[in-house]
Amino acid sequence: MLRQDYNRIDPKRRNVLDYRKKQFADPAYKETEYPHRLNFYATPPTADITLEQFEQWAIDRLRILAELEACSFRNKSPAETASHMKPLLEKYLPLDSNTSSSSKLFAERQKDHYSHFILRLAFASTEDLRRRFSRVETMLFRLRLNEDTLRERNAFVQSINLDCEPVTEEERNEYRDELAATAGFRKNNEDELWFKVDWERVPDLVEGRRVFLKAGKAYVPSREQASMVVAEFTQRLERALELTARALPRLDEDDRLTPILDHLSKNFTTPDASYNSSTSSVPGADISARNVDALSSHFPLCMQHLHRSLRRDSHLKHFGRLQYTLFLKGIGLNLEESLVFWRTSFNKVSDDTFNKEYKYNVRHSYGDVGGDSNRRGGGYSPFSCQKILTEHPPGPGEAHGCPYRHFNLENLNTLLQGVGISDRAVLQGVKQDKDSQKFHMACNRVFEYVHKKEIQKAKEEGIMTSAQLETIVHPNEYFKRSYLLKNLGKVKTEDVKMEG
Amino acid sequence: MPHSVSNSPPNDMEQIMGDASPQNGDSQTTDNDIPMAEAEETPTATDGDEKKDVKLEDLFADVDSDDEFPSSKPAETKPSSSPEAPSSPMDIETDVKASDPEIMRMFYQRLFPWRHLFQWLNHSPTPTNDFGHREFALTLQGDIYLRYMSYPTSDLLRKDILSKMPSRFEIGPVYTTNPRDRKTLRNLSAFKPLSKELCFDIDLTDYDDIRTCCDKANICNKCWQFMTMAIKVIDAALRDDFGFKHIMWVYSGRRGAHAWVCDKKARVMDDQKRRAVAGYLEVIRGGAQSGKKVNVRRPLHPHLSRSLDILAPHFQTDVLESQDPWSTPARAEHLLSLLPDKTLNDSLRKKWDSSPGRASASKWADIDAVAKSGAGGKSLDTRTLLEAKQDVVLEYTYPRLDIEVSKKLNHLLKSPFVVHPGTGRVCVPINTKRLEEFDPLAVPTVQGLLAEIDGWEGGGGGGGAGAEEEGKGENVQDWEKTSLKPYIEAFRGFVLALMKDERDPKVKRERDEDEGMEF
Ligand SMILES: [Zn+2]
Repeated sequence: MLRQDYNRIDPKRRNVLDYRKKQFADPAYKETEYPHRLNFYATPPTADITLEQFEQWAIDRLRILAELEACSFRNKSPAETASHMKPLLEKYLPLDSNTSSSSKLFAERQKDHYSHFILRLAFASTEDLRRRFSRVETMLFRLRLNEDTLRERNAFVQSINLDCEPVTEEERNEYRDELAATAGFRKNNEDELWFKVDWERVPDLVEGRRVFLKAGKAYVPSREQASMVVAEFTQRLERALELTARALPRLDEDDRLTPILDHLSKNFTTPDASYNSSTSSVPGADISARNVDALSSHFPLCMQHLHRSLRRDSHLKHFGRLQYTLFLKGIGLNLEESLVFWRTSFNKVSDDTFNKEYKYNVRHSYGDVGGDSNRRGGGYSPFSCQKILTEHPPGPGEAHGCPYRHFNLENLNTLLQGVGISDRAVLQGVKQDKDSQKFHMACNRVFEYVHKKEIQKAKEEGIMTSAQLETIVHPNEYFKRSYLLKNLGKVKTEDVKMEG
Repeated sequence: MPHSVSNSPPNDMEQIMGDASPQNGDSQTTDNDIPMAEAEETPTATDGDEKKDVKLEDLFADVDSDDEFPSSKPAETKPSSSPEAPSSPMDIETDVKASDPEIMRMFYQRLFPWRHLFQWLNHSPTPTNDFGHREFALTLQGDIYLRYMSYPTSDLLRKDILSKMPSRFEIGPVYTTNPRDRKTLRNLSAFKPLSKELCFDIDLTDYDDIRTCCDKANICNKCWQFMTMAIKVIDAALRDDFGFKHIMWVYSGRRGAHAWVCDKKARVMDDQKRRAVAGYLEVIRGGAQSGKKVNVRRPLHPHLSRSLDILAPHFQTDVLESQDPWSTPARAEHLLSLLPDKTLNDSLRKKWDSSPGRASASKWADIDAVAKSGAGGKSLDTRTLLEAKQDVVLEYTYPRLDIEVSKKLNHLLKSPFVVHPGTGRVCVPINTKRLEEFDPLAVPTVQGLLAEIDGWEGGGGGGGAGAEEEGKGENVQDWEKTSLKPYIEAFRGFVLALMKDERDPKVKRERDEDEGMEF
């Protein structure tokens, strides 16, 4: 693919572009074959495609990837994700098995192959994009691997040549108990095939203590092979992306592709990125240090808990301060007010201690101090639910995190009742959401309960569209929506309508 | 999905807010509230700026020989200690603070094992990028924190430390380029951490909800046993499971310990692998509100069965007997909250209410006794109860790691052998072969060590030593005159073994049995 484009710039750089040639342009132009449904994307495409195909295929794949990312942000289980993705995949990126006798096998696999490589170009430029790309591509790969038939999967695994050593009979006897303990509940593990690999090859199995480790080797049951294949996929992709990134400057010279690629990468946004300082603040609200207590009734549970902890202890630990500072910044509390707020809240420490230990962090969060990039970027963005749910779980004595996730049920109920939610049905629903790890759902359930009347009114009077009432995945969105709903009629409706 | 704001977090966000901050739990402040200034933010911290405060005598002291461990005469400014008892650290501890610049200077000048530290980080006797591109972070008086310092040689590090006199310094990763040059790079993403020891940080403050003898920064030998257990469990897993060999445990100077896993394989691990090791070892999860802190699958993973084997005896003596963790009804209620059966709990509660002050060991025994007598619920089966009890043992003994330290390649950790400014104790390596004997309260203090040099009499011969012995005394280095000696020798042995493996990784298999830290 893109042969012409590369050839156009090739002549003047032929001497220095060895790595790039390897990466993109195979001079042999040999017709690619796709014996397997799955692809490790080791060989770049070489045939020509039109500019329209180039763009359309990439957009189709991007749609899939963005949707996958959204699934993970919404904490969908693998099964839920699979069923959610099924119709979308069929529409945008179908990939039939060898047994399907579909006549489109080649076309499907070619599109899959090409679109992957186009997006590689689009997302290789920054580390952040590369990380996200490899994460969602891995999700897609895992999804497809899981639905592969056993025979096709085995054939594919054979083809990628994972070298791993079978565990001998002797060793299996020696470590019988250990292997049994990691084999799960399957009774017939005598028949299980085991092989051993360097533990680094299966970091996720190690992290979850799902394999027996001995002297640096992980003893992997054959059914976990999928996880190894996935790890291998990610690893190879990450390496390839690094190479692509290094080749990118050359590509800048192609003025036909650059705008397309640029556009693609800009469109790779997700709920996580949807926080925007200019639209998250609420017009007309009194956002000041002295009003935070009053405003806190509009806060999601995580922030209410931080607020209550702060009022109770006159102190919050580091991550609690960070999470809460950024949230308050997001609702529109300016730096000056923020400093007033924290100073008055930490009323047990001296001015000196405050200035020395806390002030800097607040200023840093606002981009008032720090390295160039921090100041340019205006500090940090408020944390999304995704970030709060997955990063830095609270340790002893810490109040940050997501109560729906990080509290046990009893403490969660106490907290909910403490903020005035004692409806049995709601509490029961929250429990179910928590049990099935749908923390967003729990939070949204509470939101809907608290704002039941207002939501109904807003819908009936057409003040807010259903798009504006979709699942909340950001604490600041929670605040904004809560404030607007509770002040229906007080805030000008045009302002409301312009949101979102 | 709406507007792409791409308010992408600035590059240094992680560094400042997360990883890079010096989160070893021994900072003087009450929690992790560390001043997080970058070097360029602090006006007083620019290179060469400290000159104005340097006293004349300090300048002279600075031009001292380049000799690693100069055998020096007692300095005049030294606090006087009574001549009869030169070796007792307690004498002067009350008089002079460890952070006194003069004390610190003498320590860095005469006792700190610069050459071994260099070799340890450099992995070879001649300077390489492993040392030259290594980040050091210095905490100066007045809480100024200098990051991204680096030094081509051991000597330049020593000189800079002596001129800046940090109260402590930390060690970070080896970077792709010299950390000092990072600002001149056109492309900042080219400045990346490449390698660092895999580190662990365990701090007794994380045990506050289960230790009854002390809290916060205080420790005693009773609660230090938690650290002993932690080291045993983590050390065993790192060696037996992951196959690491070069593991150094270091006392953090007050209430904790650090582990440095120095094997090359460990140093080059990326964050994902570090996270994997951390996750493998992490068992105690959840904050103050999370209730039950141990949630592990059954059958128990071999690492957990082994840990339980190690921990069970400690649970009996160091927890039940010496901590008596469930002496009050409120504390006993926490134990009950971890048990699976309501009827059993009611019976136990009744029994304990009727004999106030019943010892924890008895209460623990009551659980089985009451269950056997049938006073537990009918539905209660022995396996469920056993598993709950195992979880209790784990909650009260399993290592509580400050796991963030282990997860990130670019996390900084306090250097071994620096002095804890609050206690004056030196961060010495801990001999894991004689772990039970380690007494954190008896670790040498900087004041005591300096007094030992003063009081040194050429090998204890007193005034009557022969000429030959006296002559030998001239070459004795200062650290050899002190109780720091066994620790420095152990460190040297550790570093030599590491360098040997580094040089010749092939032969290491045959001779790795005795590579523990020898004292
Ligand atoms: Zn104690």
